[in-house]
Amino acid sequence: MLPDQSPAPASASTKKQVTRRTVLSAVPAAMLMTAAACGGSSSGSSIDSEKSHSGPVTLTYGLWDDTQLPAMKKIIDEFEKANPKIHIRPAVTPWDSYWTKLQTAATGGSAPDVFWMTLAYFQLYASNKILMPLTKPVQDAKIDMSQYEPAITKGYTWGKDIYALPKDIDSIALWYNKKLFAEAGLRAPDSSWGWSDLLNAAKRLTKGNVHGIAAQLSDQQSYYNTIPQNDGWVISGDGKKSGYDMPAAIEGLQFWTDMINKYQVSPTLQQMTDTDPQQMFGSGKLGMYYGGSWESIAFKAIPYALDNIDVVPMPQGKTRKTVSNGLGNVIFAKTKYPREAWKFVSFLGSRRAAEIQAETGAVIPATKGTQETWVKSTPQFHLQTFVDEFQYNYSFPVSVNTPVWRDYATKTLADAWTGKRPTAEVAKDIAKQMNGALAKEPSRPA
Amino acid sequence: MVVVTEQVRSEQRAVRPRRQRSARRRLEARWGWLLIAPSVIGLGVFSIWPIFRTFYYSFTLWGAFGGHTWDGLTNYRTLFSDSEVLRALRNTIVFAALSLLSVPIGIVVSALLNRPGLRGLSVYRTLYFIPVITLPAAVALMWKFVYNGDYGPVTQFLKLFGIHGPHWTSNPSTALYAVAIVAIWSSIGYNMVLFLAGMQTIPRHLYEAAEIDGAGRIRQFFTITLPMLSPTIFFVTVIGVINALQAFDLIYVMIGKNNPALNDSETIVYLFYDKAFVQSNGGYAAAIAFLLLGIIIVFTGCQFWLQKKWVHYE
Repeated sequence: MLPDQSPAPASASTKKQVTRRTVLSAVPAAMLMTAAACGGSSSGSSIDSEKSHSGPVTLTYGLWDDTQLPAMKKIIDEFEKANPKIHIRPAVTPWDSYWTKLQTAATGGSAPDVFWMTLAYFQLYASNKILMPLTKPVQDAKIDMSQYEPAITKGYTWGKDIYALPKDIDSIALWYNKKLFAEAGLRAPDSSWGWSDLLNAAKRLTKGNVHGIAAQLSDQQSYYNTIPQNDGWVISGDGKKSGYDMPAAIEGLQFWTDMINKYQVSPTLQQMTDTDPQQMFGSGKLGMYYGGSWESIAFKAIPYALDNIDVVPMPQGKTRKTVSNGLGNVIFAKTKYPREAWKFVSFLGSRRAAEIQAETGAVIPATKGTQETWVKSTPQFHLQTFVDEFQYNYSFPVSVNTPVWRDYATKTLADAWTGKRPTAEVAKDIAKQMNGALAKEPSRPA
Repeated sequence: MVVVTEQVRSEQRAVRPRRQRSARRRLEARWGWLLIAPSVIGLGVFSIWPIFRTFYYSFTLWGAFGGHTWDGLTNYRTLFSDSEVLRALRNTIVFAALSLLSVPIGIVVSALLNRPGLRGLSVYRTLYFIPVITLPAAVALMWKFVYNGDYGPVTQFLKLFGIHGPHWTSNPSTALYAVAIVAIWSSIGYNMVLFLAGMQTIPRHLYEAAEIDGAGRIRQFFTITLPMLSPTIFFVTVIGVINALQAFDLIYVMIGKNNPALNDSETIVYLFYDKAFVQSNGGYAAAIAFLLLGIIIVFTGCQFWLQKKWVHYE
């Protein structure tokens, strides 16, 4: 052993140790203090405040539906040809994680420049100033807002400002399997059907591993239709009270839970969690399916479905009613390129983009007069059904912070769907939570 | 000759000026800091600083899109009376206990692989290790399909025996165990590699002596292999428990948001994710994170205290 490591002079080492120790102990304190000093928020951008760019600009476009991606890509290609300096990068996030990701990204200031918005989340984003108001650009470009379906335009207005150019409108109808109906000796459903006709057909269709219908735990595709059909409502007109605990709503919910638990004509919630009901229907394991207009393009792609399914208006309850939702294209308030983003959004809201959406059969455009093209895009299905239903539709139930009570309702209704708790009890539970959440909401602007 | 040279050299060393010695030490120290700087900076920025930041956040209340206000101990008070947190804790501890089964399975596998002259050892090792290096999300997706209650291979297999299997991942009573099986399956390989390495260090003469004394293979395993392997077992158990208590990705992919089995299988980290990112309740989530930290510290502390009782160090 070489005696190289002789002890360092005592005074110097303790001096070094003292400084090292004090530094090491000061670091956590400093970190705690810097952690407390959180960064403040910067104000949103507007078209006038943008500095001029000379180079090419890349915008991110956030969306969630993979089946609509080809149509969106076509729109992007045409836009990029007309605007060579702007490049659009589509970013698809599956629906299940789209909103979580978007909220986190918006909080961190890195949301996509342009993205899809739906009625259920719009008020939350608008009231928190996440979206750029489009009133002035619309006025300057002289865009006529009456060209869009009024229900959707109204849905994307907050206070006096419009925040989105409507993209599409949808409705729900009864898809059915022609082959299974023929095999069961049933006549095809039609617009005269009521709730009991649906139930009887479902009973006749259920045999082996085929079920008559899927009682989906998906509000838009099930009880948001049967509750108003039973003269009930989900949320009051002023957005302050829940309608879930009223007898009409409970019956509207019971219609579906009975299908699973009482009549056994629907797959169980566990079966529908393991396998998507849309896939069950598309591969002939369901006789009937409450599906949206946006699903036609998914069924078009399955050869079995293209040959064997068709669509008719939804059976009516005490009245005819169906729920309609509609997407809009919005601009992130903190985007670095508001001018380019507006150019893209105005193209997305143009007649040409609506026609592309209609031609591919992706969705029903919100632009009036282009919907015929969508109907003709897949002649194998009677897509006119969906457009006809607009005559008796109502707009998706929303409040300022819809997700708070909507997510709770979906999660809690699982107990009614699995039969763990009676539907009436679950509905009263939901109404209680919803009323509490609505009471905490800020008031809407005039 | 050599002795004299050493004496001369040591005298010279004693005479070398102090300035030169500390200058060299300072240069070494500087190089040392420079070379560990990337790790230290990375650790500081991405691990240490967020810990303090999260601790601060656990005392705050968050808005929907950021911004937070000081809230004092409210989050902690809610935490200890929240039934959801208690349920998630129960699920997590059951899950961690089940995941520990990969330790005995790993020991048995590596004992089987450690026999001298085993043909195809590298093939077996690779097969057992592939689950470890596969992306957890890919593993979870594949197993989700395997477990599919109507069309998955498990159900088809059970049908051959006339057994009507449950919907493994959507039935509240089976979901947690189904996910635990996947966790065990994916960590056997990792444990096996560590145990194999540990077994290589066990001296052969112990086995030879035991054989001379008439001990059979099984007896040798319990009296020689296990005690000599106990330091490795201890390490694997400590790391395994810490990882299992933080299980998230398997539950997130295999058991989704709208799954009726979610309440009976969500772990504490899944609850953290839900509170922080889905419900934007970041302050409460931070409190949950520190609860988990406390629990892990307690468990690990217990394990270290118990090691005196059963770990055999040379």
